[in-house]
Amino acid sequence: MFELAPLVLAFPIAGVLLNLLFGRYLNERWISIIGVAAVGGAFGVAVLQALALAGSGYHAHLALLANWIEVGQLQAPWQLRVDTLSVTMMLLVTGVGMLIHIYASGYMHGDARFARFFIYLNLFITAMLVLVGGDNYLMLFVGWEGVGLCSFLLIGFWYDAGEPSASARVGGEPQAGAGNARAGRKAFVVNRIGDFGLLLAMFMIFWRVGSLQFDAVADYFSVQGAAAGGLATVITLLLLVGVCGKSAQIPLFVWLPDAMAGPTPVSALIHAATMVTAGIYLVARSAVMFELAPVSQMVVALVGATTAFMAGTIALAQYDIKRVLAYSTISQLGFMVAAVGLGGYVAGMFHLLTHAFFKALLFLSAGSVIHGVEHGAHATHAHVDVQDMRVMGGLRSKMPVTFWVYLIGALALAGVFPLAGFWSKDEILADAWHVGMVEGHWHGVLVYVLLALAALSTALYMTRQIILVFFGAPRSEAAAHAHESAPLMTAPLVVLALLSVLGGLLNLPGWHALGTWLEHTHEFFQTGAFNALVAGISTLVALAGIGLGYRVYFLAPRTTADAADALQPALGPMFGFLRGKWFVDELYDAVIVRPFERGARSLAFALDWNFWHDGFHNSVLAAGFRMLAAFLSGPVDKTVIDRLFDALAGAVRVVGSRNLQRLQTGYVRNYALGVVLGVVAVMGYFVSRSI
Amino acid sequence: MIPVNYYLALSAVLFGIGALGVLVRRNALVIFMSIELMLNAANVAFVAFSRQFGELDGQIMVLFVLTVAAAEVAVGLAMIVAIFRTRASINVDELNLLRG
Amino acid sequence: MEILNFLSSTLLLVVFFPLLGAVVLLFINREQKDLIRWLAVVFSLATFALSLVMLAQFDARVPGEQLTVVVPWIQVGSSWNINFHLGLDGMSILLVLLTTLLTPIAIFSSWTAIQERVKEYMIFFLMLETGMLGVFLSLDLFLFYIFWEFTLVPMYFLIGIWGGSNRIYAALKFFLYTMAGSILMLVAILWLGIYQGTFSVPELAARGGIDPGMQRWLFLAFAAAFAIKVPMWPLHSWLPDAHVEAPTAGSVILAGVLLKLGTYGFLRFNLALFPDASLYFAPLMATLAVIGIVYGAIVSYPQRDVKKLVAYSSVSHLGFVMLGLFALNTQGIQGAVLQMVNHGLSTGALFLLVGMIYERRHTRDLGEFGGLWTGMPVYGTLMLIVVLSSMGLPGLNGFVGEFTILLGAFGSEALASPVYTIVAAFGVILAAIYLLWMFQKMFLGQITNPKNENLPDLNWREVLVLVPLLVLIFWIGLYPQPFFNLIQSSVGDLANSFSAAGIAAR
Repeated sequence: MFELAPLVLAFPIAGVLLNLLFGRYLNERWISIIGVAAVGGAFGVAVLQALALAGSGYHAHLALLANWIEVGQLQAPWQLRVDTLSVTMMLLVTGVGMLIHIYASGYMHGDARFARFFIYLNLFITAMLVLVGGDNYLMLFVGWEGVGLCSFLLIGFWYDAGEPSASARVGGEPQAGAGNARAGRKAFVVNRIGDFGLLLAMFMIFWRVGSLQFDAVADYFSVQGAAAGGLATVITLLLLVGVCGKSAQIPLFVWLPDAMAGPTPVSALIHAATMVTAGIYLVARSAVMFELAPVSQMVVALVGATTAFMAGTIALAQYDIKRVLAYSTISQLGFMVAAVGLGGYVAGMFHLLTHAFFKALLFLSAGSVIHGVEHGAHATHAHVDVQDMRVMGGLRSKMPVTFWVYLIGALALAGVFPLAGFWSKDEILADAWHVGMVEGHWHGVLVYVLLALAALSTALYMTRQIILVFFGAPRSEAAAHAHESAPLMTAPLVVLALLSVLGGLLNLPGWHALGTWLEHTHEFFQTGAFNALVAGISTLVALAGIGLGYRVYFLAPRTTADAADALQPALGPMFGFLRGKWFVDELYDAVIVRPFERGARSLAFALDWNFWHDGFHNSVLAAGFRMLAAFLSGPVDKTVIDRLFDALAGAVRVVGSRNLQRLQTGYVRNYALGVVLGVVAVMGYFVSRSI
Repeated sequence: MIPVNYYLALSAVLFGIGALGVLVRRNALVIFMSIELMLNAANVAFVAFSRQFGELDGQIMVLFVLTVAAAEVAVGLAMIVAIFRTRASINVDELNLLRG
Repeated sequence: MEILNFLSSTLLLVVFFPLLGAVVLLFINREQKDLIRWLAVVFSLATFALSLVMLAQFDARVPGEQLTVVVPWIQVGSSWNINFHLGLDGMSILLVLLTTLLTPIAIFSSWTAIQERVKEYMIFFLMLETGMLGVFLSLDLFLFYIFWEFTLVPMYFLIGIWGGSNRIYAALKFFLYTMAGSILMLVAILWLGIYQGTFSVPELAARGGIDPGMQRWLFLAFAAAFAIKVPMWPLHSWLPDAHVEAPTAGSVILAGVLLKLGTYGFLRFNLALFPDASLYFAPLMATLAVIGIVYGAIVSYPQRDVKKLVAYSSVSHLGFVMLGLFALNTQGIQGAVLQMVNHGLSTGALFLLVGMIYERRHTRDLGEFGGLWTGMPVYGTLMLIVVLSSMGLPGLNGFVGEFTILLGAFGSEALASPVYTIVAAFGVILAAIYLLWMFQKMFLGQITNPKNENLPDLNWREVLVLVPLLVLIFWIGLYPQPFFNLIQSSVGDLANSFSAAGIAAR
């Protein structure tokens, strides 16, 4: 069954090509059928691969597709790697991807660029499968940039909409309706900064290991052991730059909140469930190197934990329903990054999977809410920001299915027993506890504290969101007239809700299905022991967050759209700080973007054009040449040389006109006589010489 | 076989007649014919030497000379016609516009 | 019979077939514009076909020259042996194919853009093609120099007659700059011819043994000519003028092929003939290349004229090529040769695309556009692909070249420091910044300028012009091995001579 592995790519590629070539002739129904079938086919293949692995002793299988780049020592083929880690990711990407495709066929109904949307989505699935399925770092990089491209295209899918934010004046005059396009561009550029690190890491790997194949790299570092510790540290820190870009960690997380400009299925698929987790996959894939580099591991863990905490606090003060989820995603990604940094690869992967379920669920449900409110706004001709939670409220009765699945997703995210999030988050906290308390590393303790605080804020902001959106009375006409979405959209929600409930089964303590499955890829992919104390504390934290939220938001419900936030009195100016997202965007704007703009401008116009082009070349070279030419032709030529020759010519004229003139009789025969006499004279000379 | 000296003598005589013709005659046409005579005198010498040394170079050179002569005549006659049209005469002693 | 064999040799036909076309065009009535256009296209396509025959006859496993044509040409005494010497090897084959491909495309793209003096235009274009092919194929220094200078003349007129408002200035600047560098090269060529006793490039390369001190001077003299042509920072000042003023097809050829004459010259002459000097100057050249990469990219960003933006991006892209060449290892040099082709394809396509919107709107000011994608979906999509190729997105051609170059430079023994690569990799980030910015300003957002409404999308002729380039963009990106195979043995041999073992054996 391994022979089928290439099909996992062939299906989505076929989907892209079919919709690209025939999309304009097909109706929405067929376009979405092609799109969903492409992902569904890939999912089927991935399932077969998993079964094949289980049936053949879990040994990694390599499937060579074609040669790609062979230059000297560099051998990078198009080759798929089927092992437990990659198949896990493939299943996630295609499985959740398929549900989101189905949802999207309802959500995007009526959009003028319906076919283009499915082309992009299938292209994304292709790139993501190349990322997780490739057998070398170069192929991973292809997918890595490929998903970045799709992210760019999909964030800016409605490229003629979206108002530029305050910081978007960058680059001269503001451009009408380019807000979404700008968000996409920001995502791509920030990701490229991450790719920069990944690229350099690859170069270093190649020149030390001599290959970019995963097996060769793993072998090299296993054999070298601690001797390669320094090298591993450098490489892993460079990889971390890539991780920070793709998985939205400090300091490169700023693109993800803006990425919410894309259609909601995109947010769910790319910016929650799959693409942003590529960084975690990369760390897990490079685990051999991270294990040799304790410094890098520490940095990774601290970056993840800090991001988790920071994003968690920002989410507390946002009003945009998707933006809250975006910061929540950053925070949860921080959990995963911290986990893999602590060596808890299974815990990280576990949280990656469960998070994909419930965060995709939350995003899609949020999309359903937005869709509902939008309908309400259309019906009442009200002009409201349909993503603003302040204008919602009371949607529980209007959209019951959405409410229930949203609640499940929120509880899973908050880590309430026995939903999926509880198990996976608990495993991460247990790992941190283990590193901090048992092994006695200070950073373990710090990570644990930060993550626990992040978990507290998670419970709090999700409670806040649920109450603001679904409880109380509708705070706008649009919300009052909202209605439930179509079954095509709600059906995937229910499936995802089920997965969010049952996802914990994947790696229940004592069973460790995921751990034993992943173990076959790297022997140190082990699940940490269950820690009842940590589990108890986590539960208490979650309940405390929910209780706090209940007290603040439910007991004193928001009545109007423009009332102050209930948390504001308690936090004071702190709330503004959080609302302003710690002012990171503003900081980057002031420190990097604007100086770059100014620098580029002065380099281009002042230095290159005015000084170098106009100044040096035109004024110094060209004008200098002209001055030299003028000097030579004027003073030198006209006065000195010309006069010299004039004088010479004058002298000749005097002599010539007076004396030689007479020789010029004008008679041909005189001249002929002269010629003959000349000949005779010359001949006479030669004759006299020879005598 | 006739010795080469004879040819050379013939050539010299022809050349002398030609040169004299150029110097003493006033009719431009006759002057032209005299020039031709000089060229052909040279040709005789070339052919003579060619035969003497058994090489073809001289004969080739004759062909060149003939070509040049033809070209020269073409240009020269055209000029004479042009001059005749403007001055109604081809007496070279009446043409002294180049006098300094 | 010998003369017939000579006249039917493939390389001779490839080089002079366009010139034959130019001669034929001389006899066509200037009013028959369509006939002239068709003849020009037919002759350039026939040249392309001939170059494919050449490709079929080429044996990629042989490192040395093939399909050689050698005829004694100018021989004075015993020391001056100038031969008419054409030859093909792995270093030149891709560039020859690129030239024969881009010329018909450029001619085809001028179909409606050029209405004045069509006859002269086409004649100059075909002459230019012969000149460029001659540069790539001649293996005699003297012959090379003649072709090198010969390319200037038609290009000078193409810019100077059919260019924009400031065309005379730009044409003159282009001519003078190139000429200034060439003079020094001529001196070096004469030195080689007189003191080494031959003008034959393969013979000089095989013989070696030029005193290292002298090599440096010769290197610098050749570099003066090539660096201006490339153009390397800081000698790039003529490029934006020439590009902005040149007609679209002129820009395509200028960026696509003429700039490669410089990089090709470095490869063929500086690296092959002066190996010691190349090692000596490698850090300097790499430094200039890296500065060019970053500088060109930053300066591209604030430009308002699209053509000027693309022109500066060429400075950046060719910096990558130079960095690869002076990495002096297999990956670097092979990547550089491939990147020459890549740049020809993607920048050529970019100029074509810019020319298409210029024909519609008669402006290239970024501020005039916005939201074009809505009305011109095909145009927007093709532009997106080309932009992505230009910024090195994996899966498209630019990445393969840039990656191998950066990889080579990172581990280069000659450069002995990863700093070059680290700085150069910033160029990759910057490329995304300026190219996506350009794309956004032109295609995204709302249509704010009423003149941009109801613009016709690309017609079949315009799409046809771009298709070959797009096919190659994907082909090289996804499966570049055939291209690497063509250059592998020639370039591999050259690169090996710079490895530690190669230096010891010298």
